[in-house]
Amino acid sequence: MERISDRRGLSRRDLLTRSLALGAAFVVGPGFVAATDAAWAMEVKALKPETMATLIQMARDIYPHDRVADEFYAAAVKGYDNADQAEMIESGIAALNAAAQGKGHASYVGAGWERDRVDLLRAMEDSSFFQTIRGGLVTGLYNQKAVWPLFGYEGESYSQGGYIDRGFDDINWI
Amino acid sequence: MAAPFDLSDDSVVVVIGTGAGGGVLANELAQKGVSVVALEAGGRYLPDDYINDEWESFGQLAWLDKRTTSGDWRVAKDFSGLPAWIVKAVGGTTTHWAGASIRFQAHEFKTRTTYGNVQGANLLDWPIDLAEMEPWYENAEAKLGVTRTGDRAGLPGNNNFKVFEAGAKKLGYKEVHTGRMAINSADYDDRIACQQTGFCFQGCKWGAKWSAAYTDIPRGEATGNLEVREHAHVLKIEHDESGKVTGVVYADKDGNQHMQKARIVCVAGNSIESPRLLLNSASAMFPDGLANSSGQVGRNYMRHMTGSVYGVFDKPVKMWRGTTMAGIIQDEARHDPSRGFVGGYEMETLALGLPFMAAFLDPGAWGREFTTALDGYENMAGMWLVGEDMPQETNRITLNHDVTDQYGLPVPNVHFDDHPNDIAMRDHAYKQGMAVYEAVGATRVFPTPPYPSTHNLGTNRMSEKARDGVVNRWGQTHDIANLFISDGSQFTTGAAENPTLTIVALAIRQADHIAGEMSKGNL
Repeated sequence: MERISDRRGLSRRDLLTRSLALGAAFVVGPGFVAATDAAWAMEVKALKPETMATLIQMARDIYPHDRVADEFYAAAVKGYDNADQAEMIESGIAALNAAAQGKGHASYVGAGWERDRVDLLRAMEDSSFFQTIRGGLVTGLYNQKAVWPLFGYEGESYSQGGYIDRGFDDINWI
Repeated sequence: MAAPFDLSDDSVVVVIGTGAGGGVLANELAQKGVSVVALEAGGRYLPDDYINDEWESFGQLAWLDKRTTSGDWRVAKDFSGLPAWIVKAVGGTTTHWAGASIRFQAHEFKTRTTYGNVQGANLLDWPIDLAEMEPWYENAEAKLGVTRTGDRAGLPGNNNFKVFEAGAKKLGYKEVHTGRMAINSADYDDRIACQQTGFCFQGCKWGAKWSAAYTDIPRGEATGNLEVREHAHVLKIEHDESGKVTGVVYADKDGNQHMQKARIVCVAGNSIESPRLLLNSASAMFPDGLANSSGQVGRNYMRHMTGSVYGVFDKPVKMWRGTTMAGIIQDEARHDPSRGFVGGYEMETLALGLPFMAAFLDPGAWGREFTTALDGYENMAGMWLVGEDMPQETNRITLNHDVTDQYGLPVPNVHFDDHPNDIAMRDHAYKQGMAVYEAVGATRVFPTPPYPSTHNLGTNRMSEKARDGVVNRWGQTHDIANLFISDGSQFTTGAAENPTLTIVALAIRQADHIAGEMSKGNL
């Protein structure tokens, strides 16, 4: 994840003074989305920053892992920030927000309970927009090497000589 | 004449495909002094090239040419463009296979006789039997270095096996061990012992698992009698006015087409491409495709009854460590109709990495029911279920004229409907698999649906009578004397066992037959 504080010389205070809170998790400002605590931020070019923030929340609601930080979800959907896919994403997120408003929420991210947001997603799960996002996340999220340790997965072992001397049979409770 | 061979050299045997069938056949013929041109659609990758990363390796090795699917099998919904998970490379799917090497049971060569008339199933006895195959199996086991055969020891059990074995014993299963595997338990035949690295499916970087890519192929080439042409995708088999085949047309890496003449053509492109090639070779003389007077080319497609069971425990398992297929339960492989189905199934440990687990555990699923399962990944144990499925005439490979490939040819459509026997067997296997893990304290179990097919069988089946199948007891087509089928598509029925050992044994036997007939002047 690009960190704006590194890449663009914005300090945490600059970031927060230039941004608006979007739900509990994100702040958005001109051309960027960031964590509320500014732990990470990403530049957004083709999409509206609010749209990207909503997409990140949607990604988490589709595959919620409480031990996986937002920045990995952000990385998983970052690829949609391009001119070719911007319209598909903007219209999909607009539909999601409209559905949320129809249920009395200010917006999708404005629905505070995951259960309420998931109900909105269930209602649209057969749409090509939803299936595109969900399908993309299967690799976009779970194929990030940085995510693997959060699940205990160790990845390749050949460079370390395999597990022949490193615990292939070290189970001690069976 | 020594390799390389000229396109116009009509004395060569052309072998199409270089996997367990074609790769072995090509080498065995070359060892006997027969000139062979092996045409391989994929490129050449060796252990140094293999990638211990599931998706990256998939991109390197998998056969990803366009295919379509139909039928009620779940693969058609979950992976509509990917009916099979097989390899496009020198060595074929022997780079990817797990290494399980078990012989058929005697009755599995005689299913029509043993199972009787199963409604909707196109059962047929093989024209050969276990007694005839035994010496060829022994030969194949020695070639592959199969553990627990000959004087070769078994592999040590990894964590995934230990959980599986403990559960099996609690259930009272007796035939539980670390399998008969073409993975070295000690150095053998210039290949080192297994280093318990995992990633067996991505190509063994140690070369501890047998693959034709780094055994039979280079050994055949070393004789000077075998030329392997990579990136040579065969489009059509040609024949003359007498109905004998005369050569094949293939496209090279740049898409340029060439005609390689041949004395004999052996087709070993896997059970989807092999019948497709025969069908795409239709001519005025053979309007329904080559060797298809029976109408059976492409029919009786089998893919084994499969499924997986994963169990989550309250403590870590780390199933990905070590051999991917690390052990087997064989008690359910018997034929015992009292269970509500004919035939039997094997239970074999299996592990997927996190990326593939996310893709295959429950394709299409989302939300916390799914993600809490993955949260338990480190504490998961896994097994694969593989059993005999029923041949059905309507399960078949056909040409889909609405979709064409990179050469403008119709792509294969793979149609499969589960037979009621397949469903009954899968339900039984799920129940037993879940019981294995529950017996040792699983807190949650997952009956996981079939993956894209790795065992593709039966679409050019072997039969005593020409009207019942495509090839005879030697894999020679009933219709065309110098056209052979050399892969799993010649299987009359699928048996419960992983098919590679039988494909290899048949290829060794076929090479012996072809070389003998050539020297007698019969071919």
